[in-house]
Amino acid sequence: MNFEEHAAKALVLAPAGIAVPRGMLCLSAKEAAMAAAQIGPSVVKAQVPTGKRGKAGGIKLASTPAEAEKVAAQILGMAIGDYKVERLLIEQQAKIAREFYLAVLHDTQARKPLILFSTEGGMDIEDVAAEKPQAIRRLLVDIDSVPRARDIAAMLKGLDLGAAEAQIAQIIDHLYRAYRSRDAELLEINPLALLADGRVVALDCKFVLDDAATYRQAELAKAGSRGAMTELERRGAEAGLKLIQLDGNVGVLANGAGLTMTTMDVIRHYGGRPANFLEIGGEAYTKSEIALDLVLSNPGVKSLVINFCGAFARTDVMADGVVKAWRKLKPKVPVFFSIHGTGEVEAVKLVRNELGIEPYDVMEDAIQAAVKAAQ
Amino acid sequence: MIVRKKDRVIVLGITGKQGTFWTEKMIAYGTNVVGGVNPKRAGESHVGVPIFATTGDAAAAVGADAAVMFIPPPMAKDAAVSAAEAGVKLLVVLTEHIPAQDVMAIHAAAAKHGTRIVGPNTAGLVTPGECFVGIMPAFVPSVFKPGRVGVISRSGSLGTLICLNLTRAGLGQSAFIGIGGDPMLGTTTRDALQALDKDAGTDAIVIVGEIGGGMEEDAADYARNVRKPMVAFIAGAAAPPGKKMGHAGAIVTGSAGSYAGKRKALEAAGVVVVDTPSQIAPAVAAGLRKDSKDVA
Repeated sequence: MNFEEHAAKALVLAPAGIAVPRGMLCLSAKEAAMAAAQIGPSVVKAQVPTGKRGKAGGIKLASTPAEAEKVAAQILGMAIGDYKVERLLIEQQAKIAREFYLAVLHDTQARKPLILFSTEGGMDIEDVAAEKPQAIRRLLVDIDSVPRARDIAAMLKGLDLGAAEAQIAQIIDHLYRAYRSRDAELLEINPLALLADGRVVALDCKFVLDDAATYRQAELAKAGSRGAMTELERRGAEAGLKLIQLDGNVGVLANGAGLTMTTMDVIRHYGGRPANFLEIGGEAYTKSEIALDLVLSNPGVKSLVINFCGAFARTDVMADGVVKAWRKLKPKVPVFFSIHGTGEVEAVKLVRNELGIEPYDVMEDAIQAAVKAAQ
Repeated sequence: MIVRKKDRVIVLGITGKQGTFWTEKMIAYGTNVVGGVNPKRAGESHVGVPIFATTGDAAAAVGADAAVMFIPPPMAKDAAVSAAEAGVKLLVVLTEHIPAQDVMAIHAAAAKHGTRIVGPNTAGLVTPGECFVGIMPAFVPSVFKPGRVGVISRSGSLGTLICLNLTRAGLGQSAFIGIGGDPMLGTTTRDALQALDKDAGTDAIVIVGEIGGGMEEDAADYARNVRKPMVAFIAGAAAPPGKKMGHAGAIVTGSAGSYAGKRKALEAAGVVVVDTPSQIAPAVAAGLRKDSKDVA
């Protein structure tokens, strides 16, 4: 779950004791002018949970309230990535002496938390990694402890940080603790700025909360972004199903992420276009009834593949849900079944007897037929 | 990580609905389930298996070569760490959606105590005709049969389909190793490939990969020195970039972890990469024919 900058700063950085510029969240150009009147020369920043806001023109300077109102009006309503700008952060301008990059994230290969620090702040870390990999310092941390002061000192050694070094070391420690206590997947400050007055302040913040941890970060999760979802995807999320709507015409209902992705791949392989990703694997296998409703609600769907391969998910339970939903929805598009694995004998019988449809023996044949029917 | 009939298996969370269902299936198939764990029902017996308060108690009383977890995400870390502390050598973590920082703690405990983790978010391990540990339809004869093809899969459902295709083509399996769909796995594609390479009962290896992460690329590095025929299928060629598709591991950022990158790495290492699942069995059969000719 992604968070907008203002939420990440207010709910994660500030409580962790990391300094952020004075700022106010505004919903209109009028509010922006009022905020700028209190704050003084400000930065007007689009609040959307995605990167490249600056490049998209979503971050602008304003030295007077009138100017803040003008640029706020320009930025509000702007589209950045998949998002429309509806909120602005009006923040005090900072006199920047140096810019750094700091992040804590999972190193999935080492299976440990990783701290990244670079003196090349303010630019995309992917670009730094590609162009100047030696400019990125790394520190792996034992998950059962916190970074040791001497390891942080070693990471910062030779970077000529002067009096700022002690402050930065403390911020690293604070950021790591916040990463742990907030179940962050990524907690990034870019730039972390050394100001002309000697203070070190977080000018931006990206916080991604681990979706699997929202059950124990319930308060925090309320402030997270729902993401850019279509109406159908929203309905899927409400039912606890991961649905991604695509622009194709062959609907997909399968169990398990691997099998669902494969179904989409095979649709492509035969020259078709998948209309969605929707999987009802794992504990969700009992949700085939609502899942069928969702897939058929996609207006682009001209044919449907139902591909069940039961391991944990019982195909007889999934087929039963489909049959129940079928009676209510009475699908008008042709549907092609492939059913194998746990419970297959009962499932095939159910589909054959209740729906009068003969499941295909080979998955590829069912998919090929669906692609043909959609054309 | 190839389970054997003699391996003593402990089931954590044995009394739950899924724990009960799958323990009965495992025992019926031949798995040597020697104990279960549920602190509230220690001293009782469930589906014919003695229950202990902790994994440590179970290990001390009946021995534990392996353990399998039917434990929901909030309790998974403590259960797994206790199992590692109890000296369990092989721990199969079926649980999906364990918070990532808990997963890191599980791996740290496993490293400390010398436990091999399979998973998280795996469907488990099958040794056809012998035993299985997890939630795979080992007992469905159309899916699994004993033979000499080793299968590595991140996905349970896709792995099931591929074993079914192999069985239909008359190619039985020596072992199915479900490594799991999580981004941070205890057993990687490379680890599983190494185990099957060294297994005398395996003549050919099927790798079922997925977009995201770097495991297939890493496995390709090992595959260069493998002499057994290898066939791979990678799911996610049609996946839109940047979208998470269930398995958190299956997210493409930049070119790392992309379909094209994985395919190229595997092909460069001599692995035959096919476009659809039903092409796997013929490719394996062709590889085995070529292999026997080379030997002759």
